[in-house]
Amino acid sequence: MNRSSDQYGEFYQRDRSVHPPAYAPDYKTSILRSPKNALISLQNSLSEITGPVFRQDELGPLDNDLILNYAKDGLPIGERIIVHGFVRDENGRPVKNSLVEVWQANAGGRYRHKKDQYLAPIDPNFGGCGRVLTDDNGYYFFRTIKPGPYPWRNRVNDWRPAHIHFSLSGDGFAQRLITQMYFEGDPLIATCPIVRSINNEEAVRTLIAPLDRHAFVQLDSMAYRFDIVLRGRRATLFENRIQGAK
Amino acid sequence: MMVNQLNYLKETASQTAGPYVHIGLAPHAAGFDIFENNFSNVLTTPATRGERIRIEGRVIDGSGTPLRDVLLEIWQANADGRYNHPADTQDKPLDDSFRGWGRACSDFESGLYTFETIKPGAVEGRHGRTMAPHINLWIVARGINIGLNTRIYFSDEAEANAKDPVLNLIEWEVRRKTLIAQREERDGEVVYRFDVRIQGNNETVFFDV
Repeated sequence: MNRSSDQYGEFYQRDRSVHPPAYAPDYKTSILRSPKNALISLQNSLSEITGPVFRQDELGPLDNDLILNYAKDGLPIGERIIVHGFVRDENGRPVKNSLVEVWQANAGGRYRHKKDQYLAPIDPNFGGCGRVLTDDNGYYFFRTIKPGPYPWRNRVNDWRPAHIHFSLSGDGFAQRLITQMYFEGDPLIATCPIVRSINNEEAVRTLIAPLDRHAFVQLDSMAYRFDIVLRGRRATLFENRIQGAK
Repeated sequence: MMVNQLNYLKETASQTAGPYVHIGLAPHAAGFDIFENNFSNVLTTPATRGERIRIEGRVIDGSGTPLRDVLLEIWQANADGRYNHPADTQDKPLDDSFRGWGRACSDFESGLYTFETIKPGAVEGRHGRTMAPHINLWIVARGINIGLNTRIYFSDEAEANAKDPVLNLIEWEVRRKTLIAQREERDGEVVYRFDVRIQGNNETVFFDV
């Protein structure tokens, strides 16, 4: 079997049962920002199975170190943590060279963003974003400060659990995914309308990163493990060619 | 009934990008400078082959209000209709100066987004059918729980559009026009206007790709 043609089959149909629906009224902003019509299903063509390719030399040496990449006159304040894991597809194969981009609030739950008005202070030594490419095993890691929870105007007393936003490029544009990682044991997870937009307990559980004691750096940093799964692709065992079916 | 489970993994669940998506994906828009090299809405370099075009528009919610916190990405073939990706083995030239991908944020005041790119060539579709020139568009924002996929086609490609296998899949002919960007010329510049209506009248067609 020719592995190279095999490598680029169409993606498995997205299993929408693991994802939140577009319309999730307890998350109020979704009410006016969700389509009324059904999505139109499309068989993959070249447009969907291909996607942007990124290079290591486009990233800077501190891009995956949020503790140092915005440090001006000292270190940021907060819990020092490492976040690491594997990006795989639904077949369990590593997703290599995937761009992983992350962003988050600081230790007090304040974002470095001109629209964030929360009264918790900005940390002058913390930016709150980073990025890394997965290696040949699909592995990534970055270092940061554990973000704090913060209040938001949904219901009047809604608070987001501590979380880190993740963006993944994958290998084809149809794998493009944005999600959020939560931290093991956070009691705010259970009541968050954004978390609850997912009507699937098992799917919610996969967004909660366990504490990973084996990856701690002694007397320095704790660690959390967050594995990510992107869509898998079908092997082209019999003719259903996306391209050049003659 | 007892059935052995296949051990495929499940895709990680999507979550909204939230209102501060710019911090991670476009820190300049959030108001600070951190990376040496930033990704942007300009896809071309002077070496890129093809007709320069600007795509601009707004993303509009169910009340008619533009989203001012939306982030958009496009993915497209080069001027000869080939994607810069190893899975594209069409017998057409690659353009090393064109990745084919870019990212834009809407303006916080006007809600307007823009891309500076080139007009893509036609790409081979399934079963050897040719697709009309198009750009793949992906939209995330606060209130959007999973990224919305759509396509931008061009108003001056009416003949190719009429034969496009994807447009023809939309059984409601009246909805096909929501995917056609309107060409205008402004001070010698070619501009395609593409507004996205997320909900309600003239709702844009979104795809489950």
